[in-house]
Amino acid sequence: MGKINTSKFTRRGVLKSIGAGAGVVGASAVAPGLTGFAQAQSSAPIRLGFQVHRTGIGAAYGRWYDRTTQAAVKRINDMGGINGRPVEIITEDDGTDPKRGAEVVEKFATLYNCDIAFGTLFSHVVYGSAPRAGELKLPYFVVSEGHHVASGKLNRYTLQPGITDVKSQVQAMAPFVSDNLGKKITMIYPDFAFGHDHRDFFTAAIEAQGGTVVESIAIPPTETSFTKYFPRIPRETEVIYHVMVGPAVLTFVKELGEFFGPNRPEIFGFIDSLEAVDINSPGLEFLENTYFWEGHPRNAQADQTSYDKVYRAAVGVDDNGASLDDPKDFSTYSHMFGCWETLNIIKAGMEAADYQGPADRTKLIEAVEAMSDMPHSDDHPQGAKRFNGKTHQTFGHQYISKVSNGKLVVEHTTSIEDGLYEDEVDYTTQSF
Amino acid sequence: MEFGPHLMLASLEGAVTAAILALTAMGLSIVFGVMRVVNIAHGEFFMLGAVIAWWVASLLGGHPAIGFVLALVLAPLIVGTLAAVADRFILQRINYDPDRTIVATIGLLYIIQQTTLMTFGPEARPVQPPFNTRLALPWFEYGENGFAMIWPWGLSITSYKLFVIVAAITIITGLWLFLTRSKAGLLMRATQQDSETAQAFGVPVQRVYSWVFGLGAGLAAIGAVLVVPIQQAHYLMGQDPLLLSFIVVIIGGLGSLPGTIIAAILIGMSDGIISVFFSPTLAKIIATLVVAMVLVFRPQGLLGKSEG
Repeated sequence: MGKINTSKFTRRGVLKSIGAGAGVVGASAVAPGLTGFAQAQSSAPIRLGFQVHRTGIGAAYGRWYDRTTQAAVKRINDMGGINGRPVEIITEDDGTDPKRGAEVVEKFATLYNCDIAFGTLFSHVVYGSAPRAGELKLPYFVVSEGHHVASGKLNRYTLQPGITDVKSQVQAMAPFVSDNLGKKITMIYPDFAFGHDHRDFFTAAIEAQGGTVVESIAIPPTETSFTKYFPRIPRETEVIYHVMVGPAVLTFVKELGEFFGPNRPEIFGFIDSLEAVDINSPGLEFLENTYFWEGHPRNAQADQTSYDKVYRAAVGVDDNGASLDDPKDFSTYSHMFGCWETLNIIKAGMEAADYQGPADRTKLIEAVEAMSDMPHSDDHPQGAKRFNGKTHQTFGHQYISKVSNGKLVVEHTTSIEDGLYEDEVDYTTQSF
Repeated sequence: MEFGPHLMLASLEGAVTAAILALTAMGLSIVFGVMRVVNIAHGEFFMLGAVIAWWVASLLGGHPAIGFVLALVLAPLIVGTLAAVADRFILQRINYDPDRTIVATIGLLYIIQQTTLMTFGPEARPVQPPFNTRLALPWFEYGENGFAMIWPWGLSITSYKLFVIVAAITIITGLWLFLTRSKAGLLMRATQQDSETAQAFGVPVQRVYSWVFGLGAGLAAIGAVLVVPIQQAHYLMGQDPLLLSFIVVIIGGLGSLPGTIIAAILIGMSDGIISVFFSPTLAKIIATLVVAMVLVFRPQGLLGKSEG
C-alpha cells in the first residue's frame, strides 16, 4: 500500500503484450480460411453489388433473394471463390423504386467499386436501372422475368442468364391452358411493365392456340382491395388467368374466391399471386384443383432431384417451401433460384474470361455471351437452361402444378423448345 | 355482370369503404375541430392500429375471434395512449403553433413509419377475421314468368364486411352520444368553441387536448382493426387513409362532425361505384376534383361555418 511499484512489469505493459500475442493467435486462426484463395494474383475479394428490394412492394421477394444470394455466395466461397478470390456481396436496398434503383447502380460503380451489379426482380426497377448501368459500363445481371432484356430495349451490359422471361413462360404455358382448361380467358394482371408483358404475350400465345382473351383487367400493384374489379369478368369466361404482385396478393386471391363462391370457372394462376404466401391460408380453400405456373416447384416433389435437395438445404427451405426456421415464412421459390443460378453463371463467366478486375468487364460479358447449354446440376437446380448470347436471355423448363390436398403437385413440365421464340435483338453487334 | 346487380355490388363495396373512412376521418376531424391541429401523422396511427391488431392476434392462439376482440380493445388504447404522450411531449411544447404542428406531425409520421419498418418489417401480414361467411345475394328480375328471383354470379358479400358496416355505425353513434351527453364531451365541445373562455371557466384545456388527440388516433386505430382482416397490415398502409381522410374532412367542413360523416359516405360510396364501373384511378381523380371545387366555391366545406 502506498509503495511505488519499481518492477519493469507494469500492469499496462503486461496487458499490451498479452494483447499483441492474442492478435498473432487471432491472425493465424483466420489465415487458414485465406489459404484457399492464395494462388490468385490478387486475393482482394471480387465485389458483387447486390441490388435488392429490401423495402417497398417487392420486400417479400427481396428477403428471399437475399437469403438465396447469401447461400450461393457461401457455397462459391467454400469451393474456393472465383479465380482464387473470395466473393464479397455489397447489399443495397432499391426500395422497389426505379429512381432509387438507378442510384443504387451508380453507388455500386462509383462508391463501392463493385466489379458487377446483380439482383432485383421488379421489371420497372430494371427498366430504371439498366440505362445507368450501361452508361457506367457496369455489367448488370438481372433476375427479373421481364421481357425487357430480350426485347432489345436495354443494352449490352444488361443480361438475364438465370431466369426465363414472361414471353417464353406464357408461350410454353398457353397450349396446356387451351387444351385442358378452356378457350375463353379473362386475364387479371398488375398494371406495370411485367403485367403488360403477360397481357401482350399471353394474348398472342393463346390466340395462336385458337383461344381468345375475352377481358383484360389491369390492377395497380399497390392496390389493397380487389372485389371492385371482379364484376368486369364476363359471364362467358371459361378460365381465369391471374398474376398479381405486391403486398396484397393474399387479399387478391381471397377476394377472388369470395367473389365466385361455389361456381368458379377454371383458374390458372401464376404462382406470383401466392409467392411468399401459404397456400393453405384460411380463405384459399377454393384453390383446390386449380392450376399454377411455377418457376421451380415449391413443394418437394415425389421425384425430387438431388440438385433440388442440395439447393433447398443450402438456402434453408423445407419440403413445403417455407423457411426451416419458421414454417410460416414462405419463400418465393419460383423466382429466387434465379439468384443462385445467376451467381454460378457469373462465376463460370469470370473463370472463362480469367477475370482480374474492372478492366476485364467486357471480357466477362463476352464470356457469358458465348455460353449456351447449361445442364441440370447443383449449379442449375431448377433445370437445364439454354442461354441465347445474342438476346442476353436464358430459356428453360416451366412447371404446371395442380393444387391437391393443399400441395402443389407438378402435372406438366414444358420443354426448353416450347419456350423458344425468334430473336428480337442482337446485343453482340452493339459496341461496348 | 348486368347493370342492377353490378350497381348493388358496387354500393356494398362502397359502403364498407365509407364505414372505415367515416371512422378514420372522424378522428382527424375531432382533432382539428378541438385543437386546430392538422395531424399529418393520422394515417400512421391507422397503420399502427392494424399492426398492433396483427401482433395481438398472432400472440394469441385459439379461435381468431379471441384475438380480434382483444385487438379491438387494445389497439385503440395503445395507439391513443401513444398519441396522448406525443401531444404532451411534442405538440404542447410547441404551443400548437399551426406551422410547427404540421412539421412536427410530419416528423412523427416518419418516426412511426420507419420504426414499424425496423421492427414489424416490410411484409404485409394477414389477420384472420373472427367469422367470414360468403353470403350470395339474390336479384329480382321481371322476366317472362313475372317477377323472379335470380342469383347472379359474383353478387355476394361476406358476413364480416356487413359486420364492419354495422360496427362503424355503432361506434359513431357511441361517439355521438359521448360528445353530446357526457361531461367529457361537454368539456371537449367547450374547448372547441372557445378554449380561452373554457379555461377561464376551469376546463383543464391542456388535458382535454391530450384526450382529444388520443381519441382521434384511437378512432383511426379502430378503423384499422376493422379493416385488417379484409386487407392485411403493412407499414405503408397509412398513406391512402390519410389522403382520403383529408379529402373527407375538407369536403365536410373542418371540424364539423355531421359534415364529416356525410362526406365520408359521399366519398366512400362514389369511390366504390366509380371504381367498379370505371377505374379506381378515376375515382381518386374525381374525389380530388371535388375537393378543389369545394375549396373554390365553399371554402368552409359542406357543413362548416364560415369564419369571420
